[in-house]
Amino acid sequence: MKNIFKSVVAILSVFIVFTSCNNSKQSNSGALAGNVADKVYVAPGEHDEFYAFISGGFSGQVSVYGLPSGRLFKVIPVFSQDAEKAWGYNEETKPMLNTSHGFVPWDDAHHPDISQTNGVIDGRWVFINGNNTPRIAKIDLSTFETTEIIEVPNSAGNHSSSFVTENTEYVVAGTRFSVPVPQKDMPIKDYKGNFKGALTFISVDPEHGHMDIKFQLIMPGFDYDLSHPGRGKSHGWFFFSTYNTEEASTLMEVNASQNDKDFIAAVNWKKIEEYVNNGGGIMMPTNYAHNVYDESTHMATSTMKKEVLTVNPLDVPGAVYLMPTPKSPHGCDVDPTGEYIVGSGKLSANLTVHSFTKMLAAIENQKFAGDAYGIPIINFEDSLAGVVEQPGLGPLHTEFDGQGNAYTTFFISSEVVKWKVGTWEVLDRQPCYYSVGHLMIPGGNSQKPFGKYVVAMNKITKDRYLPTGPEVTQSAQLYDISGDKMELLLDFPTVGEPHYAAGCPADLIKPRSKKIFNLEDNNHPYATKSELDTKVVREGNIVHVYMTTIRSHFSPDNIEGIKVGDKVYFHVTNLEQDYDVPHGVSIIGANTSELLIMPGQTETFVWEPKQVGVWPFYCTDFCSALHQEMQGYVRVSAANANTPLKWSLGEDIE
Amino acid sequence: MKSTLKLMTILFSLLLMNCGGKEEKKKEGFSYEKKTTTEQTLKKEDAVPASKKITLNNKGVGPITSLDLSSEIDQEMATHGADVFKKMCTACHRADKKFIGPAPTGILERRSPEWIMNMILNPEEMVQKDPLAKELLIEFNGSPMANQNLTQEEARAVLEYFRTLK
Repeated sequence: MKNIFKSVVAILSVFIVFTSCNNSKQSNSGALAGNVADKVYVAPGEHDEFYAFISGGFSGQVSVYGLPSGRLFKVIPVFSQDAEKAWGYNEETKPMLNTSHGFVPWDDAHHPDISQTNGVIDGRWVFINGNNTPRIAKIDLSTFETTEIIEVPNSAGNHSSSFVTENTEYVVAGTRFSVPVPQKDMPIKDYKGNFKGALTFISVDPEHGHMDIKFQLIMPGFDYDLSHPGRGKSHGWFFFSTYNTEEASTLMEVNASQNDKDFIAAVNWKKIEEYVNNGGGIMMPTNYAHNVYDESTHMATSTMKKEVLTVNPLDVPGAVYLMPTPKSPHGCDVDPTGEYIVGSGKLSANLTVHSFTKMLAAIENQKFAGDAYGIPIINFEDSLAGVVEQPGLGPLHTEFDGQGNAYTTFFISSEVVKWKVGTWEVLDRQPCYYSVGHLMIPGGNSQKPFGKYVVAMNKITKDRYLPTGPEVTQSAQLYDISGDKMELLLDFPTVGEPHYAAGCPADLIKPRSKKIFNLEDNNHPYATKSELDTKVVREGNIVHVYMTTIRSHFSPDNIEGIKVGDKVYFHVTNLEQDYDVPHGVSIIGANTSELLIMPGQTETFVWEPKQVGVWPFYCTDFCSALHQEMQGYVRVSAANANTPLKWSLGEDIE
Repeated sequence: MKSTLKLMTILFSLLLMNCGGKEEKKKEGFSYEKKTTTEQTLKKEDAVPASKKITLNNKGVGPITSLDLSSEIDQEMATHGADVFKKMCTACHRADKKFIGPAPTGILERRSPEWIMNMILNPEEMVQKDPLAKELLIEFNGSPMANQNLTQEEARAVLEYFRTLK
């Protein structure tokens, strides 16, 4: 008996030793520890802690991921047509892609930024820039849909965009390529001194978020690469990195790398705003599209605007200064206190940090090194706060954790380097696989970052995933930054090429996420709110079908009297009022995408039947056990036939 | 001899094909015991379809646990209910005839007011937990009762409207 007791005790103590071993391992958590998986594991049915809105680059879209799991939830169509969601294909959203160059169904989406209130992320909207045909889009985070796109005139390569000020007073769009302003036919070689760079301040209505170009600052013809707003003490200023201050127009690799220093332009937008509010600025004729999606009519309208207010920086003394920054700075990042402006000289060995306070002092003392086209240049040493000495090769972007640390990506040496703001010492470095571009800490562009994770967005992945032919996925990498040392947790593939991302705690957005559109509030001009009101109306060779969907039938589901040569508009209203019950629809031979109609919404597609016959249509989104029965027929007669126009649903039901 | 046989065969098959062709032309479509159920899941005693069963004591599953109807119909509420019914329910229900779902005429002779409101307000749980709702789902070809997100007040008005349908 005693023996049994002894052996039980012995076994127990062995267990205790083993368990305590495990515990101690967990608290040490090296990179190879098994609990790395635990840190990114979000159990089935559970939710992630953060949303990440990752730009799609040349896909033109924004993808929504959860952190820390790296799970993809949605691809929000912004600048590119998306057949999956009928974005840019249905009649309601086609106007969203209208520009002064006509319908442009693609763009290069770059830098998402979340709206802010009092310097803190508020989770209402995401703004993002279209780089190629300059545009700024606004995504509403209650619907996760793009609800506004404004074209930016006088701009080209809209790259130093779309960053918001700390009360979302403005979303700012700077031109990368300088161009003739206004555009005109002139020799390229006459660039120098003649081309201009427009920095556009787009005001955001605090209630509805509607965008409007307040003014364009017409700057010298440099390349304006990236920008960030001042915050806290520097609120009211905006900072833009520049390269090609050489004003070259050819063989840029060499010719735009001649000057030892380019500039960070500091713009006192509050001063210019005041100047403009008092009647300052020159109204210039131009042409640009402003496209607004109305949630109540479920459709977009495009308006062409004909003039824009321009401001010559020389007309507003004290509004614009240039801070010399070594070697073609790319990233231009402002720390959470608003004191430090980090310039990442792409070709420089060091990171240059400017001090806002020192900049103001230099301005106060009127001590300048000279001027560029009349804009004062501050002495390099006068605004310099410090230098991070040789932290890596090819610095690009910096984010902050809110604990006094900064994290900078290095493209050439392919790593994230953590350094201390104020002492400029390097604290840690972690490799990226491979060639990292942007990085993102949720809330990183605000006074209050959530310094738990950093996402590095890589340009090259090579061998990190199963090969998929010559084109392989681009990739994000998640690091835990809650401890002294960074820890790589996860690789996950991205949609398109990610240029920057914006993140925020899920709790900021989740409670406001819309579940359905209220049918009662549907003001679409072709909405059918009850099955009793469905009809087919002919106006010459235009036919409007007022159709409804509900699990699991279309009304009407039999239509006769359509003729070859007709243009048939299917206006389909989803009568469902329940969460997650969309219906889809398309018909054989339709030269467009399906519709994907949310509960309470109306969408329209056009069908131009070319052949006589009886043609079926069906629901494309699996909706219920009787989804396969959700189908119908349209009878198409010859152009000169006399088939009467008829529509019905279930006439034989007793 | 061989060729005669061949000829006979061809003729015979032609005859057969002709016959078949003629017979098909007589009827539209075809009949294959369309009305006979092949499902063996229903028990013998369930000869009465769910829609015809009278279950006045069943209150169903959902937010409504007890509801007393006044003896007089509230006409104003019933009119409001008719409007809600027209907007939210007519895609699947017609007042006086079986459509996608059953007709509400005379429903208060078969169902308790609580059951009706719970079916409107809580259809997903009803078809899972209420045996009658489950049977109805099968009787109506598996068409789900859609949750149209009516408020309790709207569902109550629809119920009042149903009282006017006799």
